[in-house]
Amino acid sequence: MIARPIETRAVGAHHDRVDGPLKVTGHARYAVEHGPDEGVSEHLTAWLVGAPVAKGRVLRVDATQALATAGVVSVVDHESARRLDDTGEQGDGELAILQDDRIHYRGQIVAIVLAESAEAAREGARLVHVQVEAGDHVADLDSEEAELYAPEEVNAGHETDWSDGDVDAARAGATVVVEGDYSIPYEHNNPLEPHAATAHWDGEVLTMWDSTQAVHAVASTLAPMLGLEVEQVRVRAPYVGGGFGSKGLPHSPEVAAALAAMAVPGRWVRLAVTRQQMFAMTGYRSQSRSRIRLAAEPDGRLLAIEHDAVAPSAAVKEFVEQTATISRMMYAAPARRTTHRAAALDINVSSWMRAPGEMPGTFATEVAMDELAVACDVDPIDLRLRNEPATDPETGNPWNDRRLVECLEQGAERFGWSGRSPEPRTTTDGDWLVGTGVAAATYPTLWMPGNGARIESRTGGRYAVGIGAVDIGTGARTVLQQIAADALDVPVSAIDLAIGDTSLPAATVAGGSSGTGSWGTAIVQTAQQFRADHGPEPAPGLHTQTTTESYPDMAGHALHSFGAVFAEVRVDRWTGEVRVSRLHGTYSVGRIVNPMTARSQLLGGLLMGLSAALHEEGVRDPRFGHVVTQDLATYHVAAHADVPPDLDARWLEESDTLSTPFGGRGIGEIAIVGTAAAIANAAWHATGVRVRDLPVTADAFL
Amino acid sequence: MPTLRLTVDGVARKVEIDSRTSLLDALRERLEVTAPKKGCDHGQCGSCTVLLDGRRSLSCLALAVAHEGADVVTASGLGSMDEPHPVQQAFLDHDGYQCGYCTPGQVCSVVGMLEEAAQGHPSHVTSDLDPEALIDLSNDEIRERMSGNLCRCGAYAGILDAVRQVHAEAGNGTGGAR
Repeated sequence: MIARPIETRAVGAHHDRVDGPLKVTGHARYAVEHGPDEGVSEHLTAWLVGAPVAKGRVLRVDATQALATAGVVSVVDHESARRLDDTGEQGDGELAILQDDRIHYRGQIVAIVLAESAEAAREGARLVHVQVEAGDHVADLDSEEAELYAPEEVNAGHETDWSDGDVDAARAGATVVVEGDYSIPYEHNNPLEPHAATAHWDGEVLTMWDSTQAVHAVASTLAPMLGLEVEQVRVRAPYVGGGFGSKGLPHSPEVAAALAAMAVPGRWVRLAVTRQQMFAMTGYRSQSRSRIRLAAEPDGRLLAIEHDAVAPSAAVKEFVEQTATISRMMYAAPARRTTHRAAALDINVSSWMRAPGEMPGTFATEVAMDELAVACDVDPIDLRLRNEPATDPETGNPWNDRRLVECLEQGAERFGWSGRSPEPRTTTDGDWLVGTGVAAATYPTLWMPGNGARIESRTGGRYAVGIGAVDIGTGARTVLQQIAADALDVPVSAIDLAIGDTSLPAATVAGGSSGTGSWGTAIVQTAQQFRADHGPEPAPGLHTQTTTESYPDMAGHALHSFGAVFAEVRVDRWTGEVRVSRLHGTYSVGRIVNPMTARSQLLGGLLMGLSAALHEEGVRDPRFGHVVTQDLATYHVAAHADVPPDLDARWLEESDTLSTPFGGRGIGEIAIVGTAAAIANAAWHATGVRVRDLPVTADAFL
Repeated sequence: MPTLRLTVDGVARKVEIDSRTSLLDALRERLEVTAPKKGCDHGQCGSCTVLLDGRRSLSCLALAVAHEGADVVTASGLGSMDEPHPVQQAFLDHDGYQCGYCTPGQVCSVVGMLEEAAQGHPSHVTSDLDPEALIDLSNDEIRERMSGNLCRCGAYAGILDAVRQVHAEAGNGTGGAR
């Protein structure tokens, strides 16, 4: 069966986070916090050793001194590690660690030290001497040896190139052409909980607590590599200290945890990646560059959109963000051309970071739109209204409910946009130059099939609901109870929800703003089947389990969320210091399941966008190939004092049952989309200086 | 190995430590007290904040051997699930957290910060440095004083509201007083 839309009561109402008391009192247990009361005793601590060069071969891992250190039990290297059977369909070079002597990037795991204490493990790792033969590496996109190529596809299966109409003719006939190069630096997810795992191998079953956004994906990835059936890998993630994409796919430390546990059967192993190692081992957003050309009529109506994106990709494993796909659907234009090119470098492996594709792509396009507004002397909001597409330009499909115009208009009203001077550098407040900017945001409705849920009746009218979903801080544990309650037509208090465990029905990743929609659909479908099987007053102990195959009308509609971001920026005329004083987001994201958790997630997205706009910059030293800004003192993320005094997120009241049976779409990504552009546009309005490269820093204004 | 005596969340504990052991590792690795979190181990994120002899302190930067006899209070010692500390209750009321990993450190930091302000300690944004002057715990003051505790989920708005609530409940209105 396919889920049918439900009547919502609990969905849409405030519910306290069910895990709040555990979290604020410090009793929620994260990946390496499971102790003797859960069977974890006499554990060993694992410490990772990274490659000291960016390319080459390991000649010898000399562990003599390390093993002579008190407390060090074992050193696992490429000669002693368990052989992996299968490293994935295409051969996953990121995960195939300790299998041979090749070094693909600086910081790649080349040894694991196991010791009786954290201090001994760390000291042991220091005393492992990795002798290498260094090769010539290329770690700089601007190097002459960095050759651009067209990947077969880009992230999420999007086409590498896509065009429509005659772009060159349209540009040749255009009155106005705006052209620019826009860039995003390396950005690192930096969840506060470092990637970590507690693992145990008893000869039959590998048991892990892992800091992951997808327990089933960890099990299904590790099992074939380790020569195990998927049932032989048990992964739990009851609490996860953030992920933002970096825990969406398994990374090499999870393989290391498994290899370490299998090297010492019967003993528990705790492995926590250090903050510094995270910058090499756990994924990141690649730097990217977008060349944008907008051709338009004098009134700003677009005639052609060109978006060519370039980014480096790790030679050992390709990952290319879909940076230009935004330009395939956002605005109307009779002609458009979008391309992606990559260069394979000897660098660590990039991966998902909040809104891959949309975040960097929208920075480029929404700043370019601001420049077009200036070139045409049109208000930036009016410019966007004039380029509203009636149907999705990419597919020709009707929209589910494109309400960008309302987001812009309601946001403008609340922000006080009207009467804004089109000229830059017209408002001052003491030594501060003050400006305002706007940008549009969008994110597709990603819905993942293959989610299972199990519902069992209990005594007293209670229901056990199980699904292997993960709450990484989003509020999933709370909102899935609300959805289950409405789907079963019972109070929220009658639901006993279990998540975060591969012993529960399979669930897809907490990522791509797909979790609540995909998992929630599975719960609704199962609840409806449960009622069909067992009626409204079932005896205790009856159960139903189903797995989703389809729900949203993907073929008939273009399913997207939209939003508008408004920013007020202040730039000190003498020092160039940039402050965001106001930041508003207005979103059309379907029905909000829980206004409290939703507001927090949207505000958090806006702040991560602010952080990208002003602070975050990973700096890679091409001489050595690694990111040198590898801690929180040199890689800056927004702190409390960076929060705008006026920070606000709102949403339109709506329900989208084309996307999910409860009417909601995901909200995890959209608030980071467009935010950096709105801030950069406001900085231009304050100063007259157009910044096309993130982050926007003081030097640009001096 | 040296034996360290600590009072942790009101309970006298003895623990064998390495001379290199940080207070954070003594708590987490040896005493299984995991309320204080390890986010960076370098004093850059604030997740490990505890109240050490009554003052907020980064336990990852404290060598355990240097704190013989110390009184350590973590978020677990401030309140319980059933009876949360007013700061913890305010975090719940204002959703001042998401993933929860920085939260125990934030909670301890707020408790310590309010005491510092009450004692008249100035911050970077305090304009009147007269030691007799009262600290006006404005939003800017709170933001500045809480900036040693990073929250990557970006729950700062809720944290600010939580601090405001606790400060007001303590009879301080908008301005602080000694």
